[in-house]
Amino acid sequence: MRQTEEVGWVSYLFNSSSQQQDMLRTVGTQSVDDLFAQVPQHLMLDRPLDLPPPLSEMELEDTVRTLAAQNVGASARCCLMGGGVYDHFVPAVVDEIASRGEFYTAYTPYQAEASQGSLQAFFEFQTLICRLTGMDVANASLYEGATAVSEAVFMAMRATKRHDRVVVCGSLHPEYLSVLRTYLAHLECAIEVIPVVDGVVDTSRLADAVDHKTACVVTQHPNVFGCFESVTEMSDAAHAHGALFVVLCDPISLGVLTRPGDYGADIAVAEGQSLGIPMQYGGPFLGILATRHEHLRKMPGRLIGQTQDRDGKPCFTLNLQAREQHIRREKATSNICTNQGLLALRATVYLAAVGRQGLREIAELCCRKTHYAAQRLCAVDGLRMMFDRPFFREFVLACDDVAGCQERARAAGFDIGPLLKQFDWPGIGSAVESGVLVAVTEKRTREQIDGLADALRC
Amino acid sequence: MRNTDAVIPLFELSVSGRRACRMPECDVPVPPVADLLPADYVAAAPPELPELAEGDVVRHFVNLSTLNMSVDTHFYPLGSCTMKYNPKRHERLAALPGVLDVHPYQAQEDLQGLLRMLWELQQMLAEISGLPAVSLQPAAGAQGELTALQVASAYFQDRGERRTKVLFPASAHGTNPASAAIAGFDCVQLRAASTGRVDLDDLQQHLDQQTAVLMITNPNTLGLFESDIAQISDMLHKVGALVYIDGANMNAIMGITRPGDFGGDMMHFNVHKTFTGPHGAGGPGAGPIAVRDFLADFLPGPVVQRRSDSFNLQTPAKSIGRVRSFFGNVGILLRGYFYLRTLGPDGVREAARHAVLNANYLMALLQDVLPAAHPEHCMHEFVASAEQLKQQRGVSAMDIAKRLLDYGFHAPTVYFPLVVAEALMIEPTETESKATLDAFAEAVHQILREDSELIKTAPHRTPVSRPNEVQAARNPVLSWQLQKTDG
Amino acid sequence: MELVDLRYTKTHEWIHLAGDVATIGISEFAVRQLTDLVYIELPAIGRELSAGEAFGEVESVKAVSDLYAPVSGEVSEVNAALAEDPSALSDDAYEGGWLLRLRTSETDLSRLMDQAAYAAHCAAEDH
Repeated sequence: MRQTEEVGWVSYLFNSSSQQQDMLRTVGTQSVDDLFAQVPQHLMLDRPLDLPPPLSEMELEDTVRTLAAQNVGASARCCLMGGGVYDHFVPAVVDEIASRGEFYTAYTPYQAEASQGSLQAFFEFQTLICRLTGMDVANASLYEGATAVSEAVFMAMRATKRHDRVVVCGSLHPEYLSVLRTYLAHLECAIEVIPVVDGVVDTSRLADAVDHKTACVVTQHPNVFGCFESVTEMSDAAHAHGALFVVLCDPISLGVLTRPGDYGADIAVAEGQSLGIPMQYGGPFLGILATRHEHLRKMPGRLIGQTQDRDGKPCFTLNLQAREQHIRREKATSNICTNQGLLALRATVYLAAVGRQGLREIAELCCRKTHYAAQRLCAVDGLRMMFDRPFFREFVLACDDVAGCQERARAAGFDIGPLLKQFDWPGIGSAVESGVLVAVTEKRTREQIDGLADALRC
Repeated sequence: MRNTDAVIPLFELSVSGRRACRMPECDVPVPPVADLLPADYVAAAPPELPELAEGDVVRHFVNLSTLNMSVDTHFYPLGSCTMKYNPKRHERLAALPGVLDVHPYQAQEDLQGLLRMLWELQQMLAEISGLPAVSLQPAAGAQGELTALQVASAYFQDRGERRTKVLFPASAHGTNPASAAIAGFDCVQLRAASTGRVDLDDLQQHLDQQTAVLMITNPNTLGLFESDIAQISDMLHKVGALVYIDGANMNAIMGITRPGDFGGDMMHFNVHKTFTGPHGAGGPGAGPIAVRDFLADFLPGPVVQRRSDSFNLQTPAKSIGRVRSFFGNVGILLRGYFYLRTLGPDGVREAARHAVLNANYLMALLQDVLPAAHPEHCMHEFVASAEQLKQQRGVSAMDIAKRLLDYGFHAPTVYFPLVVAEALMIEPTETESKATLDAFAEAVHQILREDSELIKTAPHRTPVSRPNEVQAARNPVLSWQLQKTDG
Repeated sequence: MELVDLRYTKTHEWIHLAGDVATIGISEFAVRQLTDLVYIELPAIGRELSAGEAFGEVESVKAVSDLYAPVSGEVSEVNAALAEDPSALSDDAYEGGWLLRLRTSETDLSRLMDQAAYAAHCAAEDH
């Protein structure tokens, strides 16, 4: 082992050899080796780990910058990709607040008196989500959108005491459906996926599929293709048989569109990445879940409640913990422990920064620019809308050589996608083989959209 | 200097017409949204979000931040959480273009630098665990546990075996049985021996052909190494079952011994504990899992593969599918990568050695007033009991925890593990100096010389004290209301 | 209703049988273990329960406990006032603290503990 008096030769350590000797004297032993006596000798590693050698901060930065430079991110390219993650503008205040050490290096607020900052921020988050979705109560985050859908399904099972059957729209994001299948894999639960016809779910087939054993109907609106589902009819179909209506919604779209709470949703879930969170190749993101008051005690995840302290001061605390894993263990509403606290903070600051008018403005820009893109691209020979349906912030572009089309765009500096054929689509068949998603956010300019159209014209 | 003890709720700052973030005018010649969309899908008005100027937003949240304790401001010896220093260089690097701004569906050819880092992380985690096949997909430790149990389930099903039971010690973290229940297993809790370790006789009695997995944390939640782990693993393997190592306590043994070497078949890492992922007041985390070769085919996909000098994504042949959307919590995973690249092999080992020394030192300093539950050296954390204080003076673990806040220390974990009465679980980590540990120990001694009433009514110097949790649970108020109703 | 006439389950429910009406609650021991009660969930009237089936929950700040039916039967009455204010259980777990009534055809409660056996059971749990 390396002998040295140098303090902190390993990054972030403090104690010198002589300080360690002092400490060992207090412990009453000769060397640090003695402290590992509980580990049987034959289990001790007799060689150093085979890891790359250590790097100083400067060397690390050099290494990582070189590797980062090999990637082409949205700042070097024009991103028009969709499918649940979007290149939105993140105001500087979000980064500023989220980079405060008091927020990002704090722990879960189990000691309320030491955590009023985080607790109040999460309480504000819960409130904003309720306002956004039109629901009564929201939790303080789940991992991301797909697990939020799965948790909502479990919650619906608890609330209805039905465990045998769920009805899911075939227009749900295929990765989300895949996650739901994984989570339900061990249960004797039928997942009935309702087919998509021309970009939306056949509502009468959905209504036929719901029965008195159905725990919930799961709908994404706008759906994965960007199209609008008949949510009011679906809500009625679910409720006619006492099933819950679970809606996966798009937070930005709620600046313009009607809210899940307004059209009958019992549980609203969402992927919150659009709310001030960078794309980061897929995470960490933000699972959102909100519900009606009557289902409050069936909710998974952490809940922050307002109360008073012993002097009558208003304050905040973790609430209803008795239902969480650290107390309820195998009967918990969920196994979730660590959630996505810092991302909930980012979303809170984002919504505070844009405000009600700002969110509407951003939603309108996304909508109008996406419609402009649809117009320009469909004017290009060989390109057409796959679905002749109203859409909000993304659409499926169809062309015969769709991979080639995506490649031409990429070569010209534009990212469109994902290609629909990279997913499994039960019950849709080859119709989707020729489709690629295009999403246009408020960041895209007219010049860029025109540029994409030109690139695809060749 | 803090502005005020009470921070006005966001919604009370709202003034109609204010806005912090404004967008440019729409530059595309397209009709207004009302003309583009069917009327019944369009809301009459935008949601009731507050309207705030930027200055108010900043002041509000910055002031809120000053109401927190954090690793950046305070010693935070929370057992089981590994509250070690969060390196600032990670924040700079994780925000680089080419890392921060990458869409998950971009072409793999455009991501070779990123995929290389993720592949290298897979390799490093395989080396540290001694288990060769790694998935970076799970979003947190609990999800890692669930994923591994589902991998085990798929493995047994593939062999035509029906196994229904998951065993775990009474000292296990609550996520263990919670995850097992979700994965469809029956939970069987094992007795502890008087040494605090797994009782081998009790284990033997519960082993049969229905046993699927033993979930065990090593070192365990008492901070003690399960010295019989090799024998325990043999016992499980003899009945064809698997051993799952909950890796929450890897900070004690990384570079010293490896789960794959002491019989583990699967494990998860908590990147937000062992590898400095910031805790974020409750996440995000990342819970990658490492498994034996014979389980590799069942891992969730995609994983990163290397072919000569290029990297690509592959889904394992018999994959259980996905446990979440997209690749994983890449932002956190990369911070773990940066940390391991900084430390190198010797650094990893030294971090563990210092963590264990710091814990033993602190335990020795507190021995006379807060004796450890088990009279032997600990690993990276120890569990002290305030049971005697409770009986003699009516002072509980929670009271001591609250009074520590007044002294400028975050409290240790209290009332976990459940097997120790009035438990205080203390984990200093390696990134603390002897001086800090001395100051903490001195504070504990000082507190216990105080009047019992003073301790029982603590904290006295924090912005609020003893929130009424009963009231909160009886009448939950979970969002801000314009007009408060009674209660 | 005399305490000495009650029978008890291992999971701390008590039952009083008069004819075909079973009145069910939870014992004072259980209430004390739970500490501050915040919420009770009771089944709907008309629901059929089997002996041993979980029919509801009682929640305190510290824990949530399932409630198990000591006998089979059909729910004929629930104590709605208690559901509104579970804290009343701390004062009186027996007379006013009944949770529900079942219409049952069972007559033999000998498998359940009598008061003495239950007291011994609690002493063992309470170390």
